[in-house]
Amino acid sequence: MTVLEVEHLTKEFPIRSGLLQRETGKVRAVQDVSFSIGRGETLALVGESGCGKTTVSRCILRALPPTSGAIRFSPEPGVSVDMAPLTRKALRPLRRHIQMIFQDPYASLNPRMMVGDIIAEPLYVNGMPPAERRERVRKLLDLVGLPAAARTRFPHAFSGGQRQRIGIARALALEPSLVVADEPVSALDVSVQAQIINLLLELQDKLHLSMLFVAHDLGVVRHVSDRVAVMYVGRLVEVAPTTMLYARPRHPYTAALLAAVPKPDPALRDAVTAPRGEIADPANPPSGCAFHPRCPHAVDRCRAELPPLREVAPKQFTACHRADELTLAGAV
Amino acid sequence: MPPIPMAEPSTRHVLSVRDLAVDFVQDTGTIRALDGVSLDLHAGRVLGVVGESGCGKSVTARAILRLLDRTGRIEAGQVLLNPGSPQQQDLTALDPEGKAMRAVRGGRIGLIFQEPMSALSMHYTVGNQIVEAIRAHSGVSKAAAYERAVTLLQEVGIPRPDTRIHAYPFQLSGGLRQRVGIALALAADPEILIADEPTTALDVTTQAQILNLLRGLQRQKGAALMLITHDMGVIAQMADEVAVMYLGRIVEFAPVAKLFADPQHPYTRALLRSVPDMRAVPRERLATIGGAVPHPGSRPVGCAFHPRCPEIIKGRCEVEAPPDIPQGTAGASCFHATAAPPAARVEAHA
Repeated sequence: MTVLEVEHLTKEFPIRSGLLQRETGKVRAVQDVSFSIGRGETLALVGESGCGKTTVSRCILRALPPTSGAIRFSPEPGVSVDMAPLTRKALRPLRRHIQMIFQDPYASLNPRMMVGDIIAEPLYVNGMPPAERRERVRKLLDLVGLPAAARTRFPHAFSGGQRQRIGIARALALEPSLVVADEPVSALDVSVQAQIINLLLELQDKLHLSMLFVAHDLGVVRHVSDRVAVMYVGRLVEVAPTTMLYARPRHPYTAALLAAVPKPDPALRDAVTAPRGEIADPANPPSGCAFHPRCPHAVDRCRAELPPLREVAPKQFTACHRADELTLAGAV
Repeated sequence: MPPIPMAEPSTRHVLSVRDLAVDFVQDTGTIRALDGVSLDLHAGRVLGVVGESGCGKSVTARAILRLLDRTGRIEAGQVLLNPGSPQQQDLTALDPEGKAMRAVRGGRIGLIFQEPMSALSMHYTVGNQIVEAIRAHSGVSKAAAYERAVTLLQEVGIPRPDTRIHAYPFQLSGGLRQRVGIALALAADPEILIADEPTTALDVTTQAQILNLLRGLQRQKGAALMLITHDMGVIAQMADEVAVMYLGRIVEFAPVAKLFADPQHPYTRALLRSVPDMRAVPRERLATIGGAVPHPGSRPVGCAFHPRCPEIIKGRCEVEAPPDIPQGTAGASCFHATAAPPAARVEAHA
């Protein structure tokens, strides 16, 4: 059963220039992206800056209108709505079912509101009576590992990790069907990051959460996600169950990402390698496969022809012409 | 990439920091940001300095370079350039804005920032800025400096350096900008490089490129590199020796292999265990350290780590400060580690 089905999602931004700001071109930030998230599943969306992963998440939240494609969301079993063409008004009843956890725990909490009010606000907006709200806030604080006394304090009294717990409690207040977390631990210190990762894992188990986890840290992604979708210059290049993707990546870009991560073991220094060249400009992507100028395995066909995303192993989808003949190294 | 020749192993000290203490004066009181930090930089070697926010790793770099902001004060200690030689200079005794310090900053010591935009001006071309840096520290002609600037851009792996030299920094990608930042740091051919989180703002594939470049150049030039980072992966990949900092003190110092194989301080052990593992089984929990890093203004008495330490010795750690690590030896500032045999001495040639 799926919570979310994204089909052929495309988002273009106009490039304007000149005195009259005429449209002179388009940046295809997201192109023909399709994936789904099952109930209780965590899908990680990974890629480097400018790859379009944040644009995808903002389209799903309908903070941005997609240029084309469908975003089928199922707030409860048996119901499915395509959110892509909906108006603001039509979206309103759906909003409570998709909640967000933000990256920056300092910028995402109102400093003038008490923690209890921050967490209760979505409940208040949705008409829950005061007594029930108080009880729910108490439960939520306990759920995310904060003391009940936190209710009457202001965000500045809390550390980055505790603030992220407050943000998580707020996101869970309305028992959403889908949580979109955009780099939720990347602003935290390592020791605190580990606490928040463990909390997310615990919540996944306890609440059977469905989550889109947007991240760039492949170590973090390994711990929290069931499946991983890798983006490069606006397109999905690989989607696979986490263990398969790390053990045997089938796209050279996935392999390059895994190889570039510095490993916390001095004996593995030589295993860290960097791909050549730079990330392509999404306003002017290379022909064929966008990764071909950097790919050590590129052949003429890669320069000419866009590789489709196809199933190369059970549940493993890769957009590479040579996926069947290449043997790429996984994570070490 | 062709193999990089190793610089001759050397014990030559190029910089010694001794018992450095730095205070920041704020409205709410005085905060001790560095509390007796000692470390040595050696020619041809990489010292990794690692720790979480507020541990003082960046303050150490800024204090060495006398770049502390107005509220920061060096309260005690020395920063000795060319220690033990006739040219020995104590940088803490210099006027931060004086001629002597400006000759050191950017001249003897090159600096690489996290965000290269903070080191580069938007209003001048890359070439102008590098030429200026070269000429500020040597008397060469404009033409000679320009030629050297092109060579530097080539050395840091910028494609088409003879055209890119006319580019403005905002016209370059983050990776290329950091390469320009490195070229700028190398302009005066310094024997010491200090890099403060040089790859934190970069994507992982760009990070790998920049780290390769830094290590290659550091070895080729036989320079001493002080690499500040919060990332244990970067430390493992780059450092020869490692100083682990917590709340303004070095809590452990060791050669990199030893630090990862046999960490002595409970904080180092906990920090290493809390790093996400690319080989984890699905939904594997991480080891955590309880609590959060305290604010430097409310440093716990005794061992600053004791409120979070799983191995606390009750009645001792919360009362008494653990002994310092003897200079030039591997070890941890922890009561558990003090029984270490003298065999723990660092072999500089190891």
